[in-house]
Amino acid sequence: MFNKILVANRGEIALRAIRECREMGIGSVAMYSDADADALFMKHADEAFPLGDPEPAASYLNMDKIFDIADKSKAEAIYPGYGFLAENPQFVEACESRGIEFIGPPSKSMHAAKPKHKSRDLMKSHGIPVSPGSDGAIEDESDMAKAFEIAEGIGYPVIVKPSGAGGGIGMKVANSKEELEGAMGYAKSLGSETFGLAAFYLEKYVTHAKHIEFQVMADKKGNTVYVSDRECSVQRRYQKLIEEAPSPVMTPELRREMGDTAVQIAKLLNYVNALTVEFIYDMDEKKYYFNECNTRLQVEHPLTELLTGLNLVKEQIRIAAGEELGYSQDDIQLRGWSIECRINAEDPFMNFMPAPAKIEAWDPPGGFGVRLDAGVYAGYTMPFYYDPLAAKLLSWGNTREEAVATMKRALKEFHIEGIKTNIPFHLVALDNEVFRNGDYTTHFVDEQKLVKQLREMKKAGEIA
Amino acid sequence: MSQEVIEAPIPGKIVSVSVSVGDTVEEDGELCVLQSMKMQNPILSPVDGKVVEVKIAPEQTVETGDVLIVIEED
Repeated sequence: MFNKILVANRGEIALRAIRECREMGIGSVAMYSDADADALFMKHADEAFPLGDPEPAASYLNMDKIFDIADKSKAEAIYPGYGFLAENPQFVEACESRGIEFIGPPSKSMHAAKPKHKSRDLMKSHGIPVSPGSDGAIEDESDMAKAFEIAEGIGYPVIVKPSGAGGGIGMKVANSKEELEGAMGYAKSLGSETFGLAAFYLEKYVTHAKHIEFQVMADKKGNTVYVSDRECSVQRRYQKLIEEAPSPVMTPELRREMGDTAVQIAKLLNYVNALTVEFIYDMDEKKYYFNECNTRLQVEHPLTELLTGLNLVKEQIRIAAGEELGYSQDDIQLRGWSIECRINAEDPFMNFMPAPAKIEAWDPPGGFGVRLDAGVYAGYTMPFYYDPLAAKLLSWGNTREEAVATMKRALKEFHIEGIKTNIPFHLVALDNEVFRNGDYTTHFVDEQKLVKQLREMKKAGEIA
Repeated sequence: MSQEVIEAPIPGKIVSVSVSVGDTVEEDGELCVLQSMKMQNPILSPVDGKVVEVKIAPEQTVETGDVLIVIEED
């Protein structure tokens, strides 16, 4: 086992890794930008080294500074968390050549998973269901001419996705040839400007879709299991807001089938450590399609921990240290239901405008079935340089109904002053009938006009 | 004619400025884009009018209440 780990991240996930290090008897090294000197994770790390300039490119994305800290602190491994360098194969290659253990997959697995059109083709060639669409990347004029034929063949609407993008950036739905032309131009220019990759691909657009993902864990010996499914369909502009596990549409048979597919995908990538396989689930056709692989731990991973009792961050560290899983697929049993609400510093009444400010009061909920992974505290000023996630609030119940009731109770207990948060949004979403019956799709927030409903409730004085 | 002083609603960094002094702007026309917490927030004109002052440039960081742009209302 490692003696010391450098936690190359910030916020709640940095604190999470530091906590696990402490429990495992491993020294934790934090790194922090000038904007994070007072951050909560800083109070719990054994050691901390400054990164200076808060701009992400100059701090949490700056490999030279990070390796310098790794050398100085004599850390034997780097915990990447999510975001920043967590899915950057060049960073992993640099770790590999320096002989420092990256707590995540090998660079080869990352390269196999991205760009997205490449992994799509790999999956397709192995019989894994992908939604109908283009083969390979669309890059030049002749590819684009062919794209119109493909779109005619599979039928509109289609969706155009830049190969190098994440988080829905640059994706556009096209309902006609004219719209497709525009969407392709957009994907190409945005891809090359933002990701240095003009390539994109197109797929049949699934109108009534759920976003369902599977957590997979794999050790260095090749033992690979799926842990649980999660549903992340409550999104606004491709940003997840509420997630739950299991998915309300999941049956034991479907879970086994999709889970086995996820394991097969992990093996195709020669994967080690924590992997999330994302699927699009077509509500009309009752079919699932491979969407993409996320080669890191996800924000919403605690949902899976609550269902299984498996500590995924500890598992990641154990796997990186060369330990075997020690459990097989049959040992993984799901119990009850879990829900996660992302508590973001943003104003749901003002078009979700970010609200970085000083947190004047922070009295979190507690009690049975409540878990809070927070990166903030009362008196802390959230910096504007980084994402608005203040905390992840999770509930667990024996049934979905119980988990929802616990979550609502916890959200109502949560007392925060100084920053605006999206808690009012969560309460409205959890009360919505379509959410309640579990049929919701990725269009839930728009279709149910939740943002408008919130504004009207505020006007009517129903919420403060 | 009244002056409309556009202030930063939140702290952040200016990523782009869409207008120059002398430009005419329409209500809800984009004045600049303020990035905060990884989100691009377009700052829109509340009125029809003419830009009389631009106090910001790209890459500049601003605090809540800092004056960004002044518009003379039509």
